[in-house]
Amino acid sequence: MEIQSIVENITINIDGQDIDVPKGINIIEAVKIAGKGKEVPHYCYHPKLSIAGNCRMCMVEMGMPMRDRGTGEAVLDENGVQKIGWMPKPTIACATNASPGMHIRTNSEIVKESRNGVTEFLLINHPLDCPICDQAGECRLQEFSAEHGRGYSRFIEQKNVKPKRTKLGSRVTLDDERCILCSRCVRFSKEIAGEDVLGFVDRGTYSTLTCYPGKGLEHNYSLNTVDICPVGALTSTDFRFKMRVWFLKRTNSICTESSIGANTEIWSREGKIYRITPRRNDAVNDTWMTDSGRELFKASESDDRLTHYTIEGVHQTIAETAQAAADLLKTGGVALIGSASSSVEEQFFYRMMADRCGASVSLVNHIGSGDGILLSEERTPNLRGALLNGLITKLPEAELSLLAGEINSGAINTLVVVNEDVTKLGISSDLLSKVKLVYFGTHANAVSQVANIVCPSLMVYEKDGSFVNQSFRLQKFKAAVPGPRGIQSDITVLEEIVANLGDEKPSALTIDVAWQRIAEQIGAFAGLTWRGISDEGVALDPTPFIDLPFVETKNLKFDPVAFKEAQTATTQA
Amino acid sequence: MSTPQEHRLIFKHIDEPGYTNDIDCYLKHGGYEQLKKAVTMKPEDICADVLTSGVRGRGGAGFPAGMKWKFLDRKSGKPIYLVCNADESEPGTFKDRQIIHQDPHQLIEGMMCSAFAIQAKLAFIYIRGEFFQGYKILERAIEEAREKNLLGDNILGTSYSCDIIVHRGAGAYICGEETGLIESIEGNRANPRIKPPYFPAALGLYQCPTIVNNVETLCDVKHIIELGGQGFSEIGTPGNTGTRIWCVSGHVQKPGYYEFPCSAITLGELIYDICGGLKPGRKLKAVIPGGSSAKVLRADERFTGKLKDGTEFDWGIEDIPMDFDSLGLVGSMSGSGGVIVMDDSTDMVEALANINYFYAHESCGQCTPCREGVPWMRKVTQRMVDGEAREEDAQLLKDIADQIAGRTICAFGEAASWPVQSFIAKFNDEFVEKARTQAALRKEGKSTAEKTTLI
Repeated sequence: MEIQSIVENITINIDGQDIDVPKGINIIEAVKIAGKGKEVPHYCYHPKLSIAGNCRMCMVEMGMPMRDRGTGEAVLDENGVQKIGWMPKPTIACATNASPGMHIRTNSEIVKESRNGVTEFLLINHPLDCPICDQAGECRLQEFSAEHGRGYSRFIEQKNVKPKRTKLGSRVTLDDERCILCSRCVRFSKEIAGEDVLGFVDRGTYSTLTCYPGKGLEHNYSLNTVDICPVGALTSTDFRFKMRVWFLKRTNSICTESSIGANTEIWSREGKIYRITPRRNDAVNDTWMTDSGRELFKASESDDRLTHYTIEGVHQTIAETAQAAADLLKTGGVALIGSASSSVEEQFFYRMMADRCGASVSLVNHIGSGDGILLSEERTPNLRGALLNGLITKLPEAELSLLAGEINSGAINTLVVVNEDVTKLGISSDLLSKVKLVYFGTHANAVSQVANIVCPSLMVYEKDGSFVNQSFRLQKFKAAVPGPRGIQSDITVLEEIVANLGDEKPSALTIDVAWQRIAEQIGAFAGLTWRGISDEGVALDPTPFIDLPFVETKNLKFDPVAFKEAQTATTQA
Repeated sequence: MSTPQEHRLIFKHIDEPGYTNDIDCYLKHGGYEQLKKAVTMKPEDICADVLTSGVRGRGGAGFPAGMKWKFLDRKSGKPIYLVCNADESEPGTFKDRQIIHQDPHQLIEGMMCSAFAIQAKLAFIYIRGEFFQGYKILERAIEEAREKNLLGDNILGTSYSCDIIVHRGAGAYICGEETGLIESIEGNRANPRIKPPYFPAALGLYQCPTIVNNVETLCDVKHIIELGGQGFSEIGTPGNTGTRIWCVSGHVQKPGYYEFPCSAITLGELIYDICGGLKPGRKLKAVIPGGSSAKVLRADERFTGKLKDGTEFDWGIEDIPMDFDSLGLVGSMSGSGGVIVMDDSTDMVEALANINYFYAHESCGQCTPCREGVPWMRKVTQRMVDGEAREEDAQLLKDIADQIAGRTICAFGEAASWPVQSFIAKFNDEFVEKARTQAALRKEGKSTAEKTTLI
């Protein structure tokens, strides 16, 4: 839960219209508040970075109510209205903070003239080859040139020549000629990524972006510089020249790399994902995400995807597979090894399945080192979901030796494994041969190879669902591409198994229906509907689990200590 | 009318035979007496004196130094820094260099008086990289002064301590801009800061309150203590107090530096009486009165308007009194005092090409209008002198300059566009004529470009 400090509102006047804005907000943000579609064009300003003020595109006229210097009294015009003392020069909106009574003109002659001037200047040395530029379609310079440019060039001199393909790091390629020296990438590396590696060399019009000697743009956030580059200078080595952006479909999703749950956008076309970019959510990831998180989608195209429902290695229909699984589970002695990577909906069904066949449930933890920014120590996206769902009541173990003992003693004779390679977690292959195996998972592994029943799962890009992140924020993701042919979402298969176990008739399950059941049965999700989960997510009540020793340490938007204190304070109040 | 006499205040000992730049010579000539006097005064009284004296900044902008000191943020509790701007790089200016080379102790005394007045914790001299000799002289002078306890810990037995650090630049004009200079001292690229919020008096060096003054201004402080604020203000005219060192260069018989009280001479007297006039047979064509960024004055212009007190004036170029306000009234500025005289042999297009070359080379590249616009102007004027002038180039140059001035982070944008704006406004015919001549030559199949060498 975010602690909202109470911000004082003040009234300023933008283009003749009085509006209320929070005190101290800069004029670019104030104009956004002023009206839909109203914008002060800008390049170097970024809401999450420090103010540089170097592009000079966001010029506005600024005036303050006039006061007599001697007496301090308001100076009035003939109508008794306080006169506005307009500044003689235009000022940059990004570095101008709103103060009471301030007047702003965003479209006066002088403002238009200076914008047009800046646009002309930016274009004289810029390669005017949008048709072959990778940024075309999502280029601020292209957009503003259409709006504020003159349509022909007065520049008949030679353009500057700069390096065209500099490899700044293993993932970022720089076209220096396109660079407009806005310094967003420099500030990002320094202020957000915490690795000051970029800077300018040479002077004036020959200024060139480069890495410091002996360094490279190798930090795990380097691709964010590509996102925030307003022109086609910084490009993703992986994505550049693969696809024109206007052909791509954008789907909201959630990053599964860690319990941060960075909000993302999947860019796909005809069932193929081309790239993943961060989506702004000020409570979760601002506008950033890790490079490693962007590469996860490549696993969806790997050759070892599970593509068929099989029983004893023979392809079967979903109904047959579900029936066989249910029959097996009915025999008792079942243990479920669940996953904190499953969605909330899947976990709901796994829990129901475990309940109905009296299975014991264990989870294994996935812990890595965090970077204090947007990669947390907990490397699963939905551990909180498993807790809220009641799938588990305590944190997962490191391995499964307890379960191994139970298999050895013969207490367990059927194992349901969800997306884990248990041979690496204390249950040897020998031991596995003692039990019947049902495997749910996206990719083939040592378990799927020996499993009696295999149910292929869809990856996060291929299904609808939701995760609960480190701060107990429920966030939903949507299917961007279809999965392997013939593969249904896990909840469809699980519904068949669960219904069979309970001697019910399986219903045609949509995600809305699934959520009706979840909201009815799970107290933590009471009152929620699938459609009611907004793009920003829903903050859930963490109180029942607040004392669990979660592994996350402080990162960009989450401080476990402060989070706990805030919760305790709310509960007491 | 008799030839006006120089009144040397700052340059009293410059070029004096037998005067050396060591501390013994300086002490023999009454040196450091003002510092001894200053430390017995209350710091706020010195500040008040500087305000009363009306001394205006000698670096270029002419902002009253006492006022600048008053803006210091003393409530923050952060240490205060004093920085001496010795990055004298405005083309046509060569006064600070003489002070540093020949009378460094005057600067040190002026600085220590100023540092005491604003209660600075530490003082810096930012000296341009090319002044290597000056750097060595200053380093030695500071050592000498430290030995005599004139700077360093507990100066002259008082509880006040302040040291001076000499920091060398690396050859960039932009380091003369005070916030660029501050960035450079901090070890960064000399990219000027945006104002607001980074006004040096509040958020200067290391985000602490900082005063940046020109070499000559700081020397003036020493004389203000000697003469008193009132006494100093009696030199010159109200609003234009003290003396100014005019660095005259160009087509005059005796170029050099000449110190006069403000308003004591006119531009005509300076050129014809002091500098021995133009070369034989030449006529005055134009004067840039305050360093290359000041707007040019044409020899046959009439300047009319109203003075501050309401009286009307009607001046020819020779009648302009040499002071801050008068040069401002005629549409130019006294700037850094670099008077560049051009006679009728000057090709104004080439002159402007030369100036543009300099500014394009020196633009720091931080903000768009200056980074892109100034080199564009350079390319245009370069092309014009290379024989490819077009008639519309004059208008184009003016448009570019108009798009730069007032739109940039620092005053460099103005510094680079004022010459272009004024050259085009006053010598438009020459720019158009250039194109026509070249077109005619081209028709005849002759070479259109004369052999010219720009700096």
